[in-house]
Amino acid sequence: MPLIEFSNKGLYCPQGNFYIDPWKPVDFAVISHGHSDHARWGSKKYLCHHDTKPILQLRLGENEYHSVGWNEPVFMNGVSISLFPAGHIIGSAQVRIEYKGEVWVFTGDYKTEDDGISTAYEPVKCNTFITESTFGLPIYKWKPQDEIFEEMKNWIYTNKSNGKSSIFIAYSLGKAQRILKPLAETGFPIYAHGAVYNMHTTLQSAGWALPDVKRITTETTKEELKECIVIAPSSAEGSPWMKRFSPYATGICSGWMQVRGNVRRKNADAGFALSDHCDWEGLLTAVKATGAEKVYATHGFQSTFSKYLNELGIEAGEVKTEYGNEEQSENENVNSEVVNSEL
Amino acid sequence: MKRFAELIMKLATTTKTNAKLEAIRAYFSEATSEDKIWVIALFTGRRPKRSVNSALLRASCMQAANIDPWLFEECYHTVGDLAETISLLIPESDIDTKDVVEYSLSHYMNLLRNIGKEDDDVKALFVSEAWTQMNRSEIFVFNKLMTGGFRIGVSQKLMVNAIAKTTDVSPSIIAHRIMGDWNPATISFDELMSTEHSAADDSKPYPFYLAYAIENEVSELGNEDEWQAEWKWDGIRGQIIKRNDELFVWSRGEELMTDKFPEYKILQELLPNGTAIDGEIISLATPSEEGNFAPLPFSALQTRIGRKNITSKQLKEAPVGFIAYDIIEENAKDIRMISMLERRKKLEEIISKINVPILHLSPIINFNNWEELINVRKQSRDKGSEGIMLKRKNSEYKDGRKRGDWWKWKIDPLTIDAVMIYAQKGSGRRSNLYTDYTFAVKDGDNLVTFAKAYSGLTDKEFAQVDNFVKRNSIEKFGPVRTVKPELVFELAFEGIAESKRHKSGVALRFPRMSRWRKDKKPEDINTLDDLKMMLKIFNEQYSSKVSE
Repeated sequence: MPLIEFSNKGLYCPQGNFYIDPWKPVDFAVISHGHSDHARWGSKKYLCHHDTKPILQLRLGENEYHSVGWNEPVFMNGVSISLFPAGHIIGSAQVRIEYKGEVWVFTGDYKTEDDGISTAYEPVKCNTFITESTFGLPIYKWKPQDEIFEEMKNWIYTNKSNGKSSIFIAYSLGKAQRILKPLAETGFPIYAHGAVYNMHTTLQSAGWALPDVKRITTETTKEELKECIVIAPSSAEGSPWMKRFSPYATGICSGWMQVRGNVRRKNADAGFALSDHCDWEGLLTAVKATGAEKVYATHGFQSTFSKYLNELGIEAGEVKTEYGNEEQSENENVNSEVVNSEL
Repeated sequence: MKRFAELIMKLATTTKTNAKLEAIRAYFSEATSEDKIWVIALFTGRRPKRSVNSALLRASCMQAANIDPWLFEECYHTVGDLAETISLLIPESDIDTKDVVEYSLSHYMNLLRNIGKEDDDVKALFVSEAWTQMNRSEIFVFNKLMTGGFRIGVSQKLMVNAIAKTTDVSPSIIAHRIMGDWNPATISFDELMSTEHSAADDSKPYPFYLAYAIENEVSELGNEDEWQAEWKWDGIRGQIIKRNDELFVWSRGEELMTDKFPEYKILQELLPNGTAIDGEIISLATPSEEGNFAPLPFSALQTRIGRKNITSKQLKEAPVGFIAYDIIEENAKDIRMISMLERRKKLEEIISKINVPILHLSPIINFNNWEELINVRKQSRDKGSEGIMLKRKNSEYKDGRKRGDWWKWKIDPLTIDAVMIYAQKGSGRRSNLYTDYTFAVKDGDNLVTFAKAYSGLTDKEFAQVDNFVKRNSIEKFGPVRTVKPELVFELAFEGIAESKRHKSGVALRFPRMSRWRKDKKPEDINTLDDLKMMLKIFNEQYSSKVSE
């Protein structure tokens, strides 16, 4: 019996009788991180990292949450479950399952670059490795984040000299916190969309030291917003809500911005290929570091990535899950419903 | 090259005309004369012949990036653009680009002009070395210069206005000077802008005056007496010019097409020197006499363009004539500023004097009031035309697309309901998004494909269809997905012709999605018999005209 089965409700461990990131309500759900395609509503019990708990409370309401620290195993019918940093967003974890000496690891979403705010990714040795492959093509090769931050700052200065506000489109959980520090370094005030602001205060009260942002309310005057910096989720893009910042320029922060067509399609003034996922090299490094005999690639370019691994001599297969949405942005469709409901 | 790449990137990331104008202006105020002339050439479609083919670029890239062909293809289908795919795959150079000699745009353009003669090995070496000296956007732009199909989103009008801002010459004069037959490798910027050069180029056409589609009720144009109505013919807009005993035929796309239409040869003798006539290059059924002609569908003309040598069979099956709309040069004098009524008089004189069966005057439609014209327009298709042109009688001949004096008033397109069965990812701003669809009609229990379309939906609708395709694809053939036949669209098109190449036996002209028929199920779509009936009716309209 395999340690994890790919069921129609999500990744299932029959021996321990629990699910990981299920997309349908179950009795016991281990949650890798707080993004809405991984942490869904309706399960009876949730297991997650301490840092993810406040995020789930904000997004899913009060439920039975059990939270643990890094590498603190929980046992379910002899199966050991432990969490290791995935470096994707605050609290994001890889889920390690061990039974009778056999180890499986599910990455959730992850990146190998240390962003300074999410606990840095740690490779975990295992027999079977289930990895995301959102950006599993060699065209995705990220620049170091400091270089991108520099570009973002320069963009703000250019906009300012043209009398424009700078609106950054960033996912309210993860990207929004990641870009805060470099944006704050410009010394200009930063305003946040409601969805971003809610997450911000939740994380601040959970003890995260984040630079201050201002909430935009009906009282915020046009004068205050002149040439300001704004962080907003993709749902706000092109909406009447944006009008108050006029004149402004929009910059989208997403790995998808690596390809020009996506920037143009979004009618964005700038695209910053800043991703919370691994790039091609990151995925390859991670796979090799696990020493796994068998790899499953999921959400993203799973067929390409697994084919490539097989060519390298690493046995790999692809799995269809309902995470991400095939080849789609973390900012798009799947999450848009949730983002909207936050407004 | 860096400055040029920056310009291209700036142009690509803004949709605002003023920002584009400013970017080009800034570039022109700094660039060398050699670079300027190349930018004008590139932005007006005067690209050197493709010298390095895409197979060689692919191979060089795969070698540099150390990847296999299948993986390269996966990347290409996701990016949707060869030049960009390569720019993303080439490993970042080890050389510190700051220390590399910065080569100019003209440097590379001159090399590209001559590389065509060299062996593939030499070409591959040239390309891979150039890549190591460039950053990502430079590689992208450089590849674009080699592969062609470079849509920069800069209209001729925009560029003309930008040049006008850096020189003291008015936009309409610049628009005229940059037309015609000139070579960026042999002419300098100042020469091109000079009056001497303009006078020296006998072939130089005038910028075409283009009409916007009429937006409101035709009656809002005001007094009927001020307007002249003509049929809108469906050929290729062109200019016939005779200067210094030589004849030149230009298409609106600024392509010199003199040799493609031997029928016009006779005009070399008959037209007076210093004449430029604007009109429609169009296939006409023979025999046609003066004042009486019968246009053939555009598909007939299509057999003539894009061929190097015209066979006598083609000459017989798709003879070409010219329907004259306007005269813009007479006795070597630019007469664009005199009123259209006066120009029309001059045009009528010249054509009746020549009196050859290939040159016709565009007939004027007589009407007393708008009501009447609305009824006349309904006969457009029977006349073999695609609608009506309305021109203000006292209008000048302007340059480019301008509102106010000339309007096109096309007839409603033909439509058919069909189901989408294949989808492919688009390119450019639609990369990684399924936007190119193949449609089928019913034939008994089977579905028969008959048309492809990739325009007409809003971005939001495209996103919805894309989502559908990703969730409902049945099979994958390279970049193409077969999709569950479920989504029904109304396709609009301008014409229908017999085709041996298509399984359905028909080919449509300008098919596009006019409506997403969410109210219809695949059972409700049209049939192959419906299409064949449309073809029959469409052909009868033309043949009835010929027999008249």
